[in-house]
Amino acid sequence: MKSAVIVFPGSNCDRDVAVALRDVTGRAPAMVWHGDHDLPDGLELIVLPGGFSHGDYLRSGAVAARAPVMRAVTNAAARGVRVLGICNGFQVLTEAGLLPGALMRNAGLNFVCRHVALRVEAGAAAFTRGYAPGELIQLPVAHHDGSYVADAATLDRLEQQGQVAFRYAEPVNGSARDIAGVVNEAGTVLGLMPHPERAIEAAHGGTDGRRLFEGLLHAMA
Amino acid sequence: MKARVFVTLKNGVLDPQGRAIGQALAGLGFDGVEDVRVGRMFELTLADGTEVSTIEEMARKLLANMVIENFRVELA
Repeated sequence: MKSAVIVFPGSNCDRDVAVALRDVTGRAPAMVWHGDHDLPDGLELIVLPGGFSHGDYLRSGAVAARAPVMRAVTNAAARGVRVLGICNGFQVLTEAGLLPGALMRNAGLNFVCRHVALRVEAGAAAFTRGYAPGELIQLPVAHHDGSYVADAATLDRLEQQGQVAFRYAEPVNGSARDIAGVVNEAGTVLGLMPHPERAIEAAHGGTDGRRLFEGLLHAMA
Repeated sequence: MKARVFVTLKNGVLDPQGRAIGQALAGLGFDGVEDVRVGRMFELTLADGTEVSTIEEMARKLLANMVIENFRVELA
């Protein structure tokens, strides 16, 4: 699987994602600088990593969403290239308009950094292929601005169209309807607050994140 | 010329920062603070003659997240 990781100033999970992709797919991803205008040819997956792009000045992900490379990412997404935004990457995807809604300060105003239980919701999407629908998994979260918000009509539409991919199985950050991850209408763009790339090896305290990347790999095969 | 852009959360969007600040004000003994909403103000120094519509475009494209926020432009 030919993949790329977008590198924004301040992102601190880009290398973690690169290691996860290399381990699972057997192929190192291209690391693409945010100021670049073009992406490598033939990409099957683009990852927007977690971290604090541009220091979270303005809003989390707001400045990154207007980076030159995001035009190429948006065009690639329109062609059906899979895009995965993790944590700050999720924030970037909503700020860029590639996913509906927005991510706000956690309801408790605390930075939440721990393993949480998630329920896998959409069984058919490529991103959840590595899991059984309704399965409970454990992934780490580390975020200050993870409360997912959207108006009621948007939330209803997301639910009806099966666009909720992962839901918190416990209270974490005040997200509307406990949403932890959503996909676009085509099911090709996933935004996810928890960090699957931090649950790849047993030494991480769990390997549930590995199955997301394995599922993607199988979906591409 | 200078312009100020005020960005505020839309009505109905929960503002946990505002709520915490409201509680802190109550803790200081200020009674009657019914609600606090936190916003952000941008002071822009612009070329003379910059159209208000251009400033509004800046707000829509970057300064405000139109999913959750409103904005207001004030020429100084």
